[in-house]
Amino acid sequence: MSVTLQCPGYPEDTLRSLADRLPCRETQLKSLLSLMGQPDQYSYPSFFIYGHRATGKSHVVLSIMKDLELPHASVDCVECVSSGLLFHQVLSAFFGPDAAALLPRCPSLSDFVRLYKQMSSNSPATQTRYIILDRAERMRDMDFSLLPALLRLQELVNDNVTVILLSEIVWEKFRPNTGCFEPLLFHFPDYSKVELVQILSWDHHPSYTPELYASYINILLGVFFSVCRDLRELRHLAALNFSKFCEPLEKGEAKESDIHKLWKNIEPHLQRAMQTVYLREVSSVQWEQQQMDEKEATTLRVLSAHAHIELPYYSKFLLIAAYLASFNPARTDRRFFLKSHGKIRKTNFLKKHEKTSNHLLGPKPFPLDRLMAIFYSVVDSRVAPTASIFSQISSLVTLQLLSQVGHDDQLDSPKYKCSVSLDFILAISRTVGFDVVKYLYDFL
Amino acid sequence: MSKRRSAALTGAQGVSLAQKLLRERLCHQKLPDQPVGLDSQYKHMLELLRRTAVHGESNSVLIVGPRGSGKTMLLGCVLRELMSLREVQKNVLLVELNGLLQTDDKIALKEITRQLHLENVVGDKVFGSFAENLAFLLEALKKGDKSSSRPVLFVLDEFDLFAHHKNQTLLYNLLDVSQSAQTPVAVVGLTCRLDVLELLEKRVKSRFSHRQIHLFSSLSFSQYVDVVRAQLSLPPDFPDPKFSDEWNHSVTKLCDDKTVEEILRRNFNGSKDFRSLHSLLFLAVSRVSVSHSTLREADLIEACRLISADSKANVLHGLSILELCLIIAMKHLNDTYDGEPFNFQMVHNEFKKFIQRKSHSIHKFEKPVVMKAFEHLLQLELVRPVDSGVCKVQREYQLMRLMLEHGQVMEALQKYPQCPTDVKQWALSAFG
Repeated sequence: MSVTLQCPGYPEDTLRSLADRLPCRETQLKSLLSLMGQPDQYSYPSFFIYGHRATGKSHVVLSIMKDLELPHASVDCVECVSSGLLFHQVLSAFFGPDAAALLPRCPSLSDFVRLYKQMSSNSPATQTRYIILDRAERMRDMDFSLLPALLRLQELVNDNVTVILLSEIVWEKFRPNTGCFEPLLFHFPDYSKVELVQILSWDHHPSYTPELYASYINILLGVFFSVCRDLRELRHLAALNFSKFCEPLEKGEAKESDIHKLWKNIEPHLQRAMQTVYLREVSSVQWEQQQMDEKEATTLRVLSAHAHIELPYYSKFLLIAAYLASFNPARTDRRFFLKSHGKIRKTNFLKKHEKTSNHLLGPKPFPLDRLMAIFYSVVDSRVAPTASIFSQISSLVTLQLLSQVGHDDQLDSPKYKCSVSLDFILAISRTVGFDVVKYLYDFL
Repeated sequence: MSKRRSAALTGAQGVSLAQKLLRERLCHQKLPDQPVGLDSQYKHMLELLRRTAVHGESNSVLIVGPRGSGKTMLLGCVLRELMSLREVQKNVLLVELNGLLQTDDKIALKEITRQLHLENVVGDKVFGSFAENLAFLLEALKKGDKSSSRPVLFVLDEFDLFAHHKNQTLLYNLLDVSQSAQTPVAVVGLTCRLDVLELLEKRVKSRFSHRQIHLFSSLSFSQYVDVVRAQLSLPPDFPDPKFSDEWNHSVTKLCDDKTVEEILRRNFNGSKDFRSLHSLLFLAVSRVSVSHSTLREADLIEACRLISADSKANVLHGLSILELCLIIAMKHLNDTYDGEPFNFQMVHNEFKKFIQRKSHSIHKFEKPVVMKAFEHLLQLELVRPVDSGVCKVQREYQLMRLMLEHGQVMEALQKYPQCPTDVKQWALSAFG
């Protein structure tokens, strides 16, 4: 390691092993340690550490805490549905479960601070206590006073305590409108490509040389780096596809030095992985099974291909009518659905800039009357407006194939939007033998 | 033996002692001996509270000032001075409330009871109204001392938050007591809102004495530098005089330095509050170690760089090429449609046009892959939905806004490592 870690107050060999376990994070480790200072010194009341997903924020912080045996409470804010859970975790981490049991049933912030003060006066901090709040962006949805109070907790409880917030989102999005105590901002930069190769090469397969694994990682990054820089995701993909990469070696078709041959073998496979496993269309288990069976990767039915839904006959037409109502402007209805629509000037119709714009802008709301009118015109047979037709409309809403706009009037002329994709509606209309595209203004 | 050791500390010990001292000063907001530049306010405040404490006069006052302007520090100094008077010390009761902690009146009342040590008196008694409870509290105070009632100092931190309580009952009752009842009461509010009086109800406002103390920093730059020097210097009672001499000398030299002055000037122009100064100095001080035991100019430069870093630029630096391309597409949409909100479909369309016409370095991506990248941007809050009706519209038709400036995007592009040339050119071209 190029950077020698020296921090007074901490055992040196622990620091060295810590630095060895955290590759490419020496500078962050070093400056974090210097910011934290010696354990008995006061530290800044609150730190805000931000950086992308999987850049080692919580890993580095928690490793420091664990290895150096500093008193800390680490709380994941996603788990804290109420602030009481947070207080409970903090108190039991610092003062044992007995202290946490003293909290009343629905503890307020005031109770927490009172108890904390009481406890810390019994056992004052000899070392800085750290409260680590992971995924702190959730704090904004909790009590409005929680975040500002925690940021100045050191002052409120008058104890040597530091709050560390970890988040992906920048601090500007956290600041309450009346302001608060500003924490010290600390950035974890993203890993560069070289660093990613270095880290990913750590878990190389024991039966192959590290060089082979490194070249595999290079190929993998060549495909995925422009899309994804998430270390966790890349690591998962690397573990999944390595067996396929080694296939030619095991069969004896290629040697370890034949990088080009190996690349040719794996590259299309990785491209397929991006469309399936990366999007979780195919689960990892399925993907591995597929590699074992050596089936063609696309033969498997992916998750999004299951979109076909079996619907009753009239529901299908209702949905088609809703789609037409959502994506066609109302003034073109006469032309599409009336037998004698009179004269229509073609030039007015095909304004160049309006073409395909509806499928860009999304569905427009339409009233119930229009839906029914289009429905009657589209369905060949005569349909009576029975209760079952209307109940089918409302059940389409509960299936989230339609959505109701504006909840103000439930009975009197409600408005709807169609929320299915074009592919879906094409599939549906094929089953009833109806050509939707002919009726869509965008594709005229 | 021990004396000799304390006279000549080793370098490491000296550094760690100095660090400890300075850290306590900068982070823990240790009270200074005398507030700087606030003499008149200090005198006013002290006189006011002394009158309550000694003569039993009821008062109310608001200390108003922006964040980090030293409101709590001023009050702390005044209280320290006040409590050092012997006749005050055993006579005055202090109740400290904070708007952040006592978020409603019930909690606040409980806290007052606790801080006045009256839990055992109130016990299980149930009171009808809030005012009755409060009156009982003050009554109990009166009975507690035979000779005369003891004055109570109420300190309300984050005063503006108390004004958001229902009916402002607590404020009404406290101020009402300060107007009518015999128990001497001083209500001191600390707030950073200048319009705090507008938040009060009319009846509450009329009971307030309208005495306000404003803390606006009137420091000139040379005074500011003096503050910096004072903040960084070690006190004369530092155990190792040699080390402290060296340190103080280096601090004086540092403050005269041209680059340091520029940094301080920039910080001064940004804001005059002490908190931001403290965080700057804290960053600089934390870089001092055994290998270089005095504060150097480079430390301050580095600290300044850390403080003034644009966090959004940092986030943009870590995006993948695909995500960056989407941001550029959004920027183009913003330019052509004049800041109108857009949806994913439009962004994807724009991106597709770029791929088809211009790009050679980026291969074609499937739409779901692009969608995943878009959702990552959404998660980072670089784009924001216009209205929060999440489940009602399909994902690709939800209207969004880009939360970045034109300049930020361009700057991020310049700094982006190994950015393909055609992407750069696409970003620069005005028309998609």
